[in-house]
Formats: sequence, C-alpha cells, structure tokens
Amino acid sequence: MTIEELEQIAKSVCQENDKYDFEVNVCMDLACMSQGADRLRDALVKAAEASGKNVLVRRTGCMGPCSSGPLVRVDPEEHLYHHVKDTNAEAIVKSLGGAPVPELQCDLNDHFDRQVRVVLENAGHIDPEKIDDYISRDGYKALLTALTEMTPSGVIHRITESGLRGRGGGGYPTGLKWGTVAKASGDLKYVVCNGDEGDPGAFMDRSVMEGDPHRVIEGMAIAAYAVGASKGFIYVRAEYPVAVARLTAALRDARRRGLLGNSICNTPFNFDVEIRLGAGAFVCGEETALLASIEGRRGTPKTRPPYPAVSGLWGKPTLLNNVETYANIAPIVRNGGKWFADMGSERSKGTKVFALTGKITNTGLVEVPMGIKLREIIEVIGGGVPGGHTFKAVQTGGPSGGCIPADMLDLGVSYDALMAVGSIMGSGGMIVMDDTSCMVNVAKFFVDFCRSESCGKCIPCRAGTAQMYTLLTRICAGSGTMEDLELLVSLCETIKETSLCGLGMTAPNPVLSTLKYFRNEYIEHIVHKRCPAGVCNIASVPVADSKEVLA
Amino acid sequence: MRKNGFARHALIETLHTVQSAFGYLDDDSIRFVARSLRVPLSQAYGVVTFYHYFSLKPPGKHTITVCAGTACYIKGADKLVAVAEKRLGISQGQTTADGQISLMTARCVGACSRAPVVLSDGEVMGEVGEEQMLEQLERWAVE
Repeated sequence: MTIEELEQIAKSVCQENDKYDFEVNVCMDLACMSQGADRLRDALVKAAEASGKNVLVRRTGCMGPCSSGPLVRVDPEEHLYHHVKDTNAEAIVKSLGGAPVPELQCDLNDHFDRQVRVVLENAGHIDPEKIDDYISRDGYKALLTALTEMTPSGVIHRITESGLRGRGGGGYPTGLKWGTVAKASGDLKYVVCNGDEGDPGAFMDRSVMEGDPHRVIEGMAIAAYAVGASKGFIYVRAEYPVAVARLTAALRDARRRGLLGNSICNTPFNFDVEIRLGAGAFVCGEETALLASIEGRRGTPKTRPPYPAVSGLWGKPTLLNNVETYANIAPIVRNGGKWFADMGSERSKGTKVFALTGKITNTGLVEVPMGIKLREIIEVIGGGVPGGHTFKAVQTGGPSGGCIPADMLDLGVSYDALMAVGSIMGSGGMIVMDDTSCMVNVAKFFVDFCRSESCGKCIPCRAGTAQMYTLLTRICAGSGTMEDLELLVSLCETIKETSLCGLGMTAPNPVLSTLKYFRNEYIEHIVHKRCPAGVCNIASVPVADSKEVLA
Repeated sequence: MRKNGFARHALIETLHTVQSAFGYLDDDSIRFVARSLRVPLSQAYGVVTFYHYFSLKPPGKHTITVCAGTACYIKGADKLVAVAEKRLGISQGQTTADGQISLMTARCVGACSRAPVVLSDGEVMGEVGEEQMLEQLERWAVE
C-alpha cells in the first residue's frame, strides 16, 4: 500500500458515493440501537428501494446527542432528524430533494455550534465496518506519511509540539512518554491501548472504538513507528461486545489492505495488533494492573518505578495510552503540532470528549476545546437541567473525581483547573446532579464502588475504603456524629497518602470534595437527622418533625 | 485455545470462550483450562475469582441485569434493583429457586445517556421504569 494507492481508494469511494443523490445516515450506536435504530434502518432501506430514488442508507457511529435518538442525518442537505421511528422512514425518503420533514427536525444548533470535533470528526459520517469509508476521509494517510517522510524522532517531536496530554485522566504529556519509550533499550517493545473504560458514567472510548475503530489502530501504528515497537495490544472491556467485534473486523481489514503486518508501505516497518479482553475490574485501568491482566494474571498493580515505559509487558519497554489519546494522533501528524496547540488553554491543548449524562436535557457525547467554561457545557451545550429542578453539582472523573458545586461553574475545563478544585479530568465522564441528589449518598455510592473494586493488595485501600463506607452508611442512616466527620477526613488523608496505585490515591476524592462544598448536607444528616434531598432513609425521625427542629 | 497458540497469557481469553459456551465456569472447566495452558490451577482460580465478569454459578434461564453505573444510579437504578429483589425474592447476584431468572448488576454498559439502563437477556433497554421492568419479569415468570 502506498499513498497513491490510498488516494486511489479514496477517489473510488467518492465516485461510488457520487452515484447516489442522497445519503441517509442512521446512528447505530448503543443508545440509538436500544431505541430501535436497526428497525429504522431496515425500514429506510425498504422505503428507499420502493421510492426509486438514488439513496444510500448508511449506518454510522455516535452522532452525539443520544437523548434525541434515534438520530438520522440526511446529506447533502445536512438535515438532522431526532426521535425517528421506523414508521417515519417513508416520510423521510419522500422528503429527499424537497423540504425537510418538519415534525422530526432537530434544532440543536446551540448544542453543535460550541463544539469542535477532532476525535469525533468521523463519527456519524462513516460506516465503522468499512475501511474504505475511513480512507476516503484521509484515513491512514498520516501513517503512510509518517512512514515515508518522517523519522521516528520527527513524529515524537510533532506530538511533543502539539502539547497533547494523556486523555485517560492522568494528563501526562504524551510526547514525553513516547520519548521515554523510544529511548529505552531493548529490541522488543510493545504498544498498548487502554480501552478498559472502567469509569461508570463515561462511554466516549466505547463510542470511538465502535464508531471509528481504524483511527485508534492508525494512532497505535504511528506510535509503534515512533517508539520502535512491532507488536500492539488493545485491551477492551468485555462489557463492550460491539467494540470488540468492530475492532476485530477493523484489524482484519487493515491487514488485508497491507496497513498492518510486515513491511507496511514497502518500508522495513512491521506492526500488528492483538485484542485482549478485560473481565470487569476497574483497577485494570491502572497501567501496571492492565499489563498484568494482558499477561493473563490477576489485575493487581505494582509499585512504580520501574514505569512501564522502561519495564512493562513481560519486562519489555511498553507504551501505554488511552483510546482517546491514540485517536488524537492521526490528525496531529496530518495537520501539524501547531494546529493542535492552537486549540485549548495554556497548559491543556486540543479538545476533550465528554460524556454528558445525569440530570441534563441533552445527554450524549460532546467534544469541546479545552478551557471552555463548565457553565457553557452544561447550560448551552447540555441544555440545562430539565424538569424545573435546580442544578446542584457536576461530577467529573468518575470514582476518582469530585463534585463541583454551582458557584464554581465559571471554571475553565483543564487538567490543572479541575485538579485545583479537588476533582480530576479523568476519562471525561460528566454527571450532572440536581436538587434530588443527596451528596452524602453520592459519596457513599462512589466509596462503595471503590470498596468493591479495590484489588486488595495494599491495606490503606482495602481496609480504608471499607471503613469509609461504614462511616458514610452511618451518616446516611442518621446515626453519625460530628466526630465521625473528623475521622472521615483523617481517614481520607491517610488513604490518599499511602495507597499503592491511583485507585486508592483518588478514592477519597468524592468524599473530600463533597465534604468541602456540601458540608452542610453532612451536618443536616448528623445534627438534624434529615436528608435535604429526601434520598436517604432516615427512619427514626419523620421528615415533618425534623423540619420543626430546624424552625 | 488453539487460536491463541495455547499461550499462557491467553488465560483470560480462554476463560471468556469457555464461559460464553457454557454460561459459567465450573471446577472441571477451570481444571481443564489450567492443565491445557500449563498454568498453575491456583493462578487460574485466582483469575476467575478476581474478575467480576466470570461466574462460578450457572445462570438462570433468563437474566435481568441492572446497570449500576453512576449515571444510572443518579437516575434511580438502586430503586430498580430493590424492586426486582422484592419481586423475585432474591438478592442481586442470585438466581430464583426454579432457575428461571437471575438478577445481576453490571458496572456500566456504556449507555449512560439512556440511564437507567436494564439489560434483559443482554438486550439494552434504556430509560426503564419500575413498571416496565416488572412487566418483563412477569412475562418470564409465567413461561
């Protein structure tokens, strides 16, 4: 495969698409599928055949606003239809070439206008199971350009220049990590992709793997060239069967096209990728635990250093990055580091995909430039809190993150800013809570999660999370004391300081951040024996009585 | 196993295959896998018990899985679990005595935008209400 051949394929795909007068793109992501997108597609195909029009019905990856699903976009007019049922198929096909169907039209301009799509640029435009679709949108061009025109150190330089930081949550500069692996000695090196999206409430990695699998593979191949690796692994959660199937198909197609395997593009570069399945362990998102799991062992973390960049998989230097990080590589190589560095804030460059969920009008995936205000994401892009409720907090970073209260919504989103307020960027889950959520109960939920996910290797995490859970349960049940709060804080500090891996070190974050910003809710539970949100079951004191106490 | 060249590091892959074929992992199958891949039985058993995805008990004829991710929790998945537990008379992770229905919780199935999510025999149902879930359980119970 050479660049000329690649362009030839792209051209033939365009010619093929030009044969059709209209393109009807149906979002076939999990959320839309659960609302009958597969029936809808069949109905559209049937209606298109019956109408005699020249219509291409294409399945695509996630278009973004999942709460409006199933979504259909008609090109070239770019009409977006929401809540489409299979009974609407005929009306849509009939409207092609004329005025759009009014009752299905989706007005989400505010939602889309503020977004910048880099990682998700292909999602909603290509059929994820067709490699040629990806190639027609400049796919694999970056890989072949890197192989034929750039040196490995040139690639690393470009990534460093872009200022890309790891999208898995840690925010470690990607260029620096690549440089370390490239410098590490050893003839055998590995490239690993972390697709173990354990954070409950985040699903952007799943969407990328399902909607645009080739982009992840291309990113890995470029990384392998840059650091001198010849073997790659993608570690995917077993809970994502569609992602596994799409990646398997994508790997097969890439091998057939000669984009993976030996002597790629007639250069001495060899690279191939294997898929490894996770089996449901949150701790396997931690890098050393993930590597242990790939080796077929229990996913328990190891002390670092040595870092995986020096001694990773089977003791060899290993480059480990997250799905979204790899998805950023191809556009950076194609458009240059400066293009990427021009987006975003001072120390956090580029864009970030967030999974916006919880009590918010437009749930789904959004991609925004770094530095954007939280308020803009929630009120403009997300459409605010529905049902006349008031916004209470937004939780970022999953079980390792914290809750950010309403008065801090003007915070610009970046790694450092979120860290400063006691939360983290994490993989990009953003869960909005309104006045019906009890913050003590939320903290209890996360601690319960960390407690059951703790691998049990180090004591602060194993025993500490269990004790935190006991204390929080007591407070939620209305039998806590003010001393419990102090005990909770000191316990949090101990766990934070002494745990072995990231899971333990960040497990107290939800508790500490809610204690900091919603201390009054804890006090309500303890002193007045009432739950302001009405979530906790404080049986001994009826709600009416507690109000009298307050008065 | 042959697909992975009987490699020791493909232990988790192999166990996945066995579980998807038989629905669960019993002692015999773990022993067999351990022997075939030449890994110590203790390691194989350790891996099976470490990961939530592997089950040592046979599942019921039908499985209802309530997602216990954060978004689902915020939208009331815990109430769904409580309702299902009450209806079936079992707690999560168990199977009814007649072997009809298993009640499970999942860590997150990645359909958070449609929370709360329930998987009925693996099929994703979004924005599930209590009645909708109970209806499904009734349908299975009378089968």
